Amino acid sequence: MNGIIDISIPQLALTFVYVAAVILIIRRMGIPREMQILTASLRMTIQLIIAGYVLLYLFDYRSIWTILLVLLVMETFAVHTAIRRVNVALSSMLKRIIAVAIPAGSLLSLAFFLFVVVGDDSWRDPRYVVPLAGMIVGNAMTGVALGANRLVDGIKSRRAMVETALMLGATPKVASRQVVRNAFDAALLPTINSMVSIGIVALPGMMTGQILAGVSPLIAIRYQIAIMLGIMGSVAFSVLILVEWGSRTFFNDEAQLVD
Amino acid sequence: MFTLKDVRYRDIVDIPHLEIPSGKVTCIVGRSGSGKTTTLRMLNRMISPDTGTIIYKGTPISEIDPVRLRRQVVMLPQTPVMFDGTIRDNLLIGLEFSEREPVPDDALHRVLEIMDLRKELEDDAATLSGGEKQRVALGRILVMRPDAALLDEPSSALDEGTERAVIGRLADAARERGVTVVMVTHSRPLAEAVADHLVEIEAGRVVTTNGVERA
Repeated sequence: MNGIIDISIPQLALTFVYVAAVILIIRRMGIPREMQILTASLRMTIQLIIAGYVLLYLFDYRSIWTILLVLLVMETFAVHTAIRRVNVALSSMLKRIIAVAIPAGSLLSLAFFLFVVVGDDSWRDPRYVVPLAGMIVGNAMTGVALGANRLVDGIKSRRAMVETALMLGATPKVASRQVVRNAFDAALLPTINSMVSIGIVALPGMMTGQILAGVSPLIAIRYQIAIMLGIMGSVAFSVLILVEWGSRTFFNDEAQLVD
Repeated sequence: MFTLKDVRYRDIVDIPHLEIPSGKVTCIVGRSGSGKTTTLRMLNRMISPDTGTIIYKGTPISEIDPVRLRRQVVMLPQTPVMFDGTIRDNLLIGLEFSEREPVPDDALHRVLEIMDLRKELEDDAATLSGGEKQRVALGRILVMRPDAALLDEPSSALDEGTERAVIGRLADAARERGVTVVMVTHSRPLAEAVADHLVEIEAGRVVTTNGVERA
């Protein structure tokens, strides 16, 4: 069988019958979550419909400017979302560092992926740039949000340890070493875990999509391997920038821990 | 070793003049909240005074790189902190922080003797009691042989029976090694027993030095 079976609108509508069944069951069980499920389902549907038309437009107008605009929107959204996801108070300096870390790490990985791995003219083709950027930027965003949470939390909870190290003549970099490592580990852990379980527990979305679209699994895995490594690099670089620069914001010029 | 001139910090400390002699054990006594710890923390730039000058060996400390200063003037916080690892790791970590070579085990054993701590160097520091941790933290400072040691309530986790003996031996070891000690304590009897020089602080002001009232 070649190509992909088209899902008609009435067929798609059936999935909402399925959601309705889920809502009915949890309502019977007295779990008050039906509104959240309904809102999330509707929101997802509307967002994807818009995304579908936007992508269609982008793929028709293969302009480098529209690609750049999409990247700008993605990065801006990712930075805002990451900052919002941090549950602790962030200094304005740390927010600025997040605004640098996510674009720097993700664009580096995206450029490597497009120019070196895929090559050809993929960098000017929205069919490659947009979905790949989505995955790379999205993961960098999650990693940086996690890392920022752990960094701020770590400095707070290990304040006595960091201060003791300073009192014994450690530089701020050495004094905050453990906190920085913990934040980096916490941020990278989800990516590492997903790499470890991939292909055994679950088939990743991109690979599933390609296989459904008729691409040979052997080609699909090449893309998946490359994108997973690209994601890992993007998360690692973004988080590295965050923790290395971010940890400095907790100290003043006199190597004192600021409040 | 230290001279404080017109030092003010918020409304916590206000010291027009104070001398802390070199090679001696100086005890700063006073009630809790009197500004003792704040004064101590200013001596190695863990905090900076709002106004005034602190001179260390003839140079204002504001002109000395803070990290370099803290490698000569080390400080022990009131609550002892243990780092992950063994007692040996914890005794040596000050040298590591200040980028110096580690010392051999027999030097560490001597420090454990001074601190009256009958433990093995391989023992996990996390399993120690509060008092034992405090002794390791004090030992860590002896191992560093700094020019000056700032000790904030170094006997807070020690029981009364061992307090005087441990701090007394620490003071003697410091004098032998030529280490200037500035120690904050709320216990006047302890201060009187070990100090060469006694400073009393009340509401952020020096009220007596060596029992002599300040104007």
